[in-house]
Amino acid sequence: MNYDDKNKVMIGDKGQHLLEALILAQHDSGDNSLSEGKLEDISGQLDIPLSRVLEVTTFYSLLSTTPRGHNIIQLCDSPICITSGKHNITELFEEALGIQVGETTPDGMFTLEQTSCIGACDVSPAALINGVAIGNLDKSKIDAILCKYREEAENDG
Amino acid sequence: MVKYITKYLDCVNPLSLQEYMDKGGFAGLYNVLASQPKQVVDIVIKAGLTGRGGACFPTGRKWEAVSQQLDSQKYVICNADEGEPGTFKDKKLLQNCPFQILEGMVISAYAVGATRGIIYVRGEYSQEAELLKEASCILRKANLLGNCILQTKFSFDIEVYTGAGAYICGEETALLESIEGKRGIPRLKPPFPGEVGLWGHPTLINNVETLCNVPLIFELGAEKYLNYGSKAYPGTKLISLSGAVTNPGIYEVPFGAPLSEIIFSLGKISNKEVIKFVQLGGLSGACFSPNRIDEIYMEPNLLREIGLTLGSGAVYVASNEVDIKHYLNAAMHFFMHESCGRCAPCREGSRHIAAITKSMKEGKITAKEQADLDIISQVMKDTAACGLGQTATTSLRSLMELFSEEFVEVVEA
Repeated sequence: MNYDDKNKVMIGDKGQHLLEALILAQHDSGDNSLSEGKLEDISGQLDIPLSRVLEVTTFYSLLSTTPRGHNIIQLCDSPICITSGKHNITELFEEALGIQVGETTPDGMFTLEQTSCIGACDVSPAALINGVAIGNLDKSKIDAILCKYREEAENDG
Repeated sequence: MVKYITKYLDCVNPLSLQEYMDKGGFAGLYNVLASQPKQVVDIVIKAGLTGRGGACFPTGRKWEAVSQQLDSQKYVICNADEGEPGTFKDKKLLQNCPFQILEGMVISAYAVGATRGIIYVRGEYSQEAELLKEASCILRKANLLGNCILQTKFSFDIEVYTGAGAYICGEETALLESIEGKRGIPRLKPPFPGEVGLWGHPTLINNVETLCNVPLIFELGAEKYLNYGSKAYPGTKLISLSGAVTNPGIYEVPFGAPLSEIIFSLGKISNKEVIKFVQLGGLSGACFSPNRIDEIYMEPNLLREIGLTLGSGAVYVASNEVDIKHYLNAAMHFFMHESCGRCAPCREGSRHIAAITKSMKEGKITAKEQADLDIISQVMKDTAACGLGQTATTSLRSLMELFSEEFVEVVEA
């Protein structure tokens, strides 16, 4: 894969491609993460020292160096979402998935994480599921969402 | 509530250039391209536009400083790294008015003499970033972006960059570092980005909402723009209203609007009894008693006098059911997580404070820990290198003062 985006023509150093390369590589990785080999690859292609690639990777919350599930569920842990609604949505997700925050389901289908505010405070409590914000979460909505993803996976065989 | 910069919010298709132009879009750019760049800067100064990201700095002065730089390479950047908890106004603009933001950027670039623009969108808004990319393609095809815009000698193009989850990148110099492919650690100021910015070149950085004001100033003219808002702060402010209100959402109000109108009339809440506290300006803003709502007006100057800030324009109304200690623990955990780690007061202070608020939430803290909260939060406020650390404990200090009895209970005798 070539990370040198042809659309980026600005003067500067090669660093301008780094964050984008990392995001793209993670997206295409199959396990939503950046392996050591992948990081070495990017370091070589962009001619940026591996130490810098690593320090950047570990600084940003959306980048992961540990393999993750097919679908990433990120629960907003801002005070507004945490204290809104009658139920603790973290517990509801943990129960429905049978895992704790930070873990991946044994079938590799879901990873449960927490994220800082996602700008969905008007529909709190909210979460990002594969990058899409979903709000007004309650037990029935959570069950319906998880069911939808499981069905989709089954249909894909 | 007024419909000024939000007039495009109800466009049926955010990517319909025709719809945008029918409502007045790009009329401003035509006017701008017929004037000299210096005149454009002067009009923004005259209109009294101020930054809507939180600092309320006079936008025209910022433009003027960049326009006076002699460097042949200048950049304009749109800061779309909205991350202040409780704030979601930029998200609505990004979703519904991409052309308005881009037009604002084109005008700002013409005014300061920049040829390249970047929109830095936070990683959590990946869908919005895609929409902006599509919108800029449409403008390129219509000759409203790219080489020789509208057959003039002015060329300017925009690229979309996304972040990857870091609140600190909303700080303008951390944002520059992030675009350059580094960790988002704020630079020391001065020099300011207007002199030494992206890759060392003069760089103009404006918030999404600020840029959305720009096309309207040139569509209507500065005089008409001055009709909105107060004398010191002309124009309007987008308010992100959330919490225990029936109608949470985005509201556009003139500067100086009473807070009571926002909470009670727009938010549709029947009485003060259901409110435990109100927080203004996002999570880094102060919390106050509902009894003070009637004396508060949404103008930066007036708010400063009573120890509050307008910040990003977030208004959070906490219901009586909110557990203060739970809320505070989540808030302090947030700042600990988002501290970039460069300066010791913020890096170490936020950790100690988060550990104490966690114990507090779980039941008990010692008298020494209580004293530590006071000392550490004061040290962070006075000595942290950037706004994150300086304001991280604002909510802690204001809530502990407001609910002192509740906090006395958790301190071990």
